[in-house]
Amino acid sequence: MSAAMVTAAAIDAGIETWDLLVVGAGPAGLAAATRAAGLGLRTVLLDEQAAPGGQIYRAIDSTPVANRAILGPDYWHGMTLLEPWQRSGGQHVAGATVWAINRREAEGGFEVAYSVDGNARLLHARHVLLATGAQERPFPIPGWTLPGVITAGAAQILLKTAGTVPSGPTVLAGAGPLLYLLAWQYLNAGVKITAILETTPRGRLRAALPHLADFLRSPYLLKGMKLLRAVKAAVPIVEHVQALEALGEGRLAQVRYQAGGVVKTMAAEHLLLHHGVVPNTQLSRAMGAEHAWSERQDCWEPVIDAWGATSVPQLGIAGDGAGIAGAVAAEHRGRIAALHAACSLGCIDQATRDREARPHQLALQRAMRGRVFFETLYRAPAQFRRPVGDTIVCRCEEVTAEQVRSTARLGCQGPNQMKAFLRCGMGPCQGRFCGLTVTELMADESGRHPSEVGAYRIRFPTKTVTLGELATLPQTQQSRDAVVRLAK
Amino acid sequence: MFKRLEDAALALSEQPVHIHVDDRPLACRAGDSVAAALLAAGIDACRDTVVSGSARGPYCMMGVCYDCLVRIDGVANRQACMTPVREGMQVQRQDGARGVRI
Repeated sequence: MSAAMVTAAAIDAGIETWDLLVVGAGPAGLAAATRAAGLGLRTVLLDEQAAPGGQIYRAIDSTPVANRAILGPDYWHGMTLLEPWQRSGGQHVAGATVWAINRREAEGGFEVAYSVDGNARLLHARHVLLATGAQERPFPIPGWTLPGVITAGAAQILLKTAGTVPSGPTVLAGAGPLLYLLAWQYLNAGVKITAILETTPRGRLRAALPHLADFLRSPYLLKGMKLLRAVKAAVPIVEHVQALEALGEGRLAQVRYQAGGVVKTMAAEHLLLHHGVVPNTQLSRAMGAEHAWSERQDCWEPVIDAWGATSVPQLGIAGDGAGIAGAVAAEHRGRIAALHAACSLGCIDQATRDREARPHQLALQRAMRGRVFFETLYRAPAQFRRPVGDTIVCRCEEVTAEQVRSTARLGCQGPNQMKAFLRCGMGPCQGRFCGLTVTELMADESGRHPSEVGAYRIRFPTKTVTLGELATLPQTQQSRDAVVRLAK
Repeated sequence: MFKRLEDAALALSEQPVHIHVDDRPLACRAGDSVAAALLAAGIDACRDTVVSGSARGPYCMMGVCYDCLVRIDGVANRQACMTPVREGMQVQRQDGARGVRI
């Protein structure tokens, strides 16, 4: 064996092999990785953020917001996930962005490429569990790209991670529990909110009523009501808002909307938008897992079984990335998926898996109670999911709703053909903030169901990587021969 | 404008991290992302878009939207919301599409 080959073999051997890779350190990822490590699986947790917690428990061990009353007890519940994980013996890699996961055909399992601080690395994993959570649903309105307009989730992240809050006229708009939670946290922090513009249309409560009985048994009912009452007592709320627009030259200056048949304008320095969250499916898509359109939530969800297993062998998904169900559900889904991973790797038998999963399945059922009620109540209205005219749909390539619609009228069959005309979805965000809108617009124009229209085909690398980063990957003789074709 | 709550302002004044934004010094709280530091300093636009040259700033704060792209220590297209501030860091606004130098 030549010296070069020895070196290459040593580098190959230097790629660590793990039983389980968990991607994402939110409630599902932390709970899953803790459980898996406890069952004896060699577990590594790669998380893109600098500190664990995901978005819901973002900066749980590093937030500068020391007054616990501001973020509230549901936030601090995150500590009950973090401490056991730190004691579990699992390996946590913070600031690690996963950008490729490929099946190892001969050996089984996966090869995973990720970057930490500008350096690319590889690892091997026998089983992968995605716990990549959710992102804000696109909220395409005129002016949503103006500085001064951010998502409610972003505003909450600023509060949690940096203790930073808006000053000056602040308007919250949209619908969903997070909008009220943020308003409540702002009130706790002494932030003045100019108004909440609620987009829930008339008649929604009636539509949601058949699901009321279930909601009345929800563990969140009392907490939710208390929070709503506090917000409603302190903040002016405008109901049934339509035709919402952000106005300004180079920066947000005003918010215009229609309510009760009247057009109104108010000065605003901050507009915080929220229409619920949707699963982050970039990795599961790129890995080729099957996805289906959710009628109730107007978004794509990976197709999974009761254990979080996908159509790809040895690939599981837990938490909101598997379909939105909230933080408490996420931790139990994480533990259930970890038990399944341990079982499929031969670490525990099926009877043990089933027995150990039982309490988590019951807790999951409890956590899910009443969700249909507020999903129906807060469903994002069609006018905000299916924009028209000059409203920007693709923030990266600045493509408008009318441009996308016109390609469908020309006979474009789906998002992937449309891309070739408009570059829509081909900017740095890789379709994360226009994908759902594009599917719905093309469905709208062609009179088809979103599932017929389909979604963007997602390819690795799922996050932008520099050539310099790629060059830091461990080299083998084989990889060198692939690019350096010197005459022998 | 954004402002820091008392605890965060205190952390900043006790042990600031110094960065430069377009050659102007900016004191940040250790642990801030570049995007949070910019917003707290009243800078809500950090680039001009490649297509129309419109001003843009952080939108999602969680690494999804790529609207907070800036040049950090000479490297373009870094996500300001995903990059923690570091002593001596040079942050520059990113203007429009990349040109070709001939």
